[in-house]
Amino acid sequence: MALAFGKKERQALLDPLINNNPITWQMLGICSALAVTTKLDKALVMAIALTTVLTCSNLAMSIIRNTVPTNIRIIVELTIIASLVIIADQILKAFVPTISKQLSVFVGLIITNCIVMGRAEAYALQNPPWLSTLDGIGNGLGYSMILIGVGALRELLGAGKLLGYTILPLTTEGGWYVPNGLMVMAPGALFLVGLFIWAIRTFKPEQVEEE
Amino acid sequence: MRHHSALYTIGFAALICAICSILVSSSAVGLRGRQRRNQILERQRNVLAVSGLMQPGERLKGDAIVERFEANIQTKIVALKTGEYDDSVAVEGFDQQRAAKDPATSESAAPNESGILRVPNNVVVYHVVENDQVKTIVLPIQGRGLWSMMYGYLALDNDATTVKGITFYEQGETPGLGGEVDNPRWKGLWPGRKVYDENGQPKIAVIKGQAGAPEEDPHRVDGLSGATLTGRGVQNLLRFWLGDGGFGPYLKRFREQRS
Amino acid sequence: MLEHYLDLAVKSIFIENMALAFFLGMCSFMACSKRVDTAVGLGGAVIFVLVMSIPMSNLVYNYLLREGALAWVSPRMAEVDLSFLSFLSYIGAIAAMVQLVEMVLDRFVPKLYTALGVFLPLIAVNCAILGAALFMEQRDYTFGESVVFAVGSGIGWALAITALAAIREKMRYSNVPAGLRGLGMAFILTGLMAMGFMAFSGIQL
Repeated sequence: MALAFGKKERQALLDPLINNNPITWQMLGICSALAVTTKLDKALVMAIALTTVLTCSNLAMSIIRNTVPTNIRIIVELTIIASLVIIADQILKAFVPTISKQLSVFVGLIITNCIVMGRAEAYALQNPPWLSTLDGIGNGLGYSMILIGVGALRELLGAGKLLGYTILPLTTEGGWYVPNGLMVMAPGALFLVGLFIWAIRTFKPEQVEEE
Repeated sequence: MRHHSALYTIGFAALICAICSILVSSSAVGLRGRQRRNQILERQRNVLAVSGLMQPGERLKGDAIVERFEANIQTKIVALKTGEYDDSVAVEGFDQQRAAKDPATSESAAPNESGILRVPNNVVVYHVVENDQVKTIVLPIQGRGLWSMMYGYLALDNDATTVKGITFYEQGETPGLGGEVDNPRWKGLWPGRKVYDENGQPKIAVIKGQAGAPEEDPHRVDGLSGATLTGRGVQNLLRFWLGDGGFGPYLKRFREQRS
Repeated sequence: MLEHYLDLAVKSIFIENMALAFFLGMCSFMACSKRVDTAVGLGGAVIFVLVMSIPMSNLVYNYLLREGALAWVSPRMAEVDLSFLSFLSYIGAIAAMVQLVEMVLDRFVPKLYTALGVFLPLIAVNCAILGAALFMEQRDYTFGESVVFAVGSGIGWALAITALAAIREKMRYSNVPAGLRGLGMAFILTGLMAMGFMAFSGIQL
């Protein structure tokens, strides 16, 4: 089976980055995007975890799309997604325990992450496996972009570090930078995403909402 | 959508369940060993760090940590109320947090300002042993900061009053403010301070502003600027655990047994 | 005891508000906060589902899943640790409870059932519900504590979404820059509300 990469495939992969971004346009997956972005390493691990679960779930749903009985469709979706998340959580706990502890309940919340269910219902159930996989990767990347952007800004402005390495030396460690406490707290993330949306819609006026 | 027979639906559901359970269970069981080991390593790393056996910033591989821990440290279970060692309780698998919640193995804590509701009947203490002599005692401590319950260790010299180190391995205080309880510079202010006064009462305090050097100002430690409440939280939890509701009886016995 | 429950209730309504401190249930929070009546309806439904599913999840965890929980079946089972199944169990409990709530509402309060419409089944995948279950497990609540926690978190979430809806309704008469209109403004408003709620931290009963 040749894995084609034509227009449709390119669209599935690249659309979710800006045009159809799960967070800034589809309004999905917001919960975790805000809570796990206090540090860049947490954001990265979460982004990777979600992209993996999303891609596998899309692939699985697409494979069974013609065989799954309609009346148990949602439960089957939930079961597959929950199982994938459990496996992901076990892997994280085993290999990166410190970050896993910091992510705490938010790994489990990938199950209810609207992106995964949303893409399964909206795309994977109607499209063949290869396209669905690409869609999964694309949406995962779109989500990761926002997560990494917000995470990097929050850690940099809030703690002067990126991935634990000092970029702006803090006054508490003999430097000059007084950290922006707002960035580390919850509201900072909300403001940042709001500003991201504003920026995207300034460059893409077709996304602006009607009065 | 096609209508499937009931038998097909049940069969499909069973197949999905079977596949998912196999995958999930094998990953859980297969990785469990690693996860348990991680938890133990984490604890051992913290105890080594606070007792000075591991330099800050020193990164050790898992085996090296286990080796160093087992070579130097003895884990003991102590009955909190009497301060006596209780060798009947197994060290392996002893979960102090879980014991504190179970009414059968705990009791209500004395009134305190650290948010500690119950204390377990038995607690874990660590001895750093050199040439069969106990050099350092490491005590697990916990208490409320501003935002969160903070968990850490206090390392005392064998006179059971001079501080050798303090660390908070789990806390959710404001990074940059209360979160500085885990800053090596602040932690470095503690060694040499004395937690008890001449009458054996807990006297250690976290003050506003700067304290003197440990020799001149043994009972006071600099506060954290912008984090008065977290600092007060540290003081309260130390006073609790060093007092009669905590390790007081044990440390008293330890001192008596040495002299 | 009562003090402890009161403290837990105040903590879960204001200080550790599910929507404004932990950002759970954000998707429906943003999507259904355009009008106050929708928001109130959704908030009420969330409280309902939380109160039904969190205590049940607590029972499932404490008597079936945690290490040693199965000891009541037979002493040999005391070594079994099924806690890795918690995600699946909670989501199952939640989905079952939502189904139950749907049926009960349809039978006894049909007006409310029609008013909620499609939002009722959507609560099953509302992160706030699963999140509350996971917090309950992480903090090891007793049954009583989990009931108080469920009621408190629900009230907190409902409070937050109703407040946001009220503000958004008023904002329709303001001049919001085009790029911020709608979703962007909702984020910034929520951020300001979250800041406001931070004033509750440090309260100890």
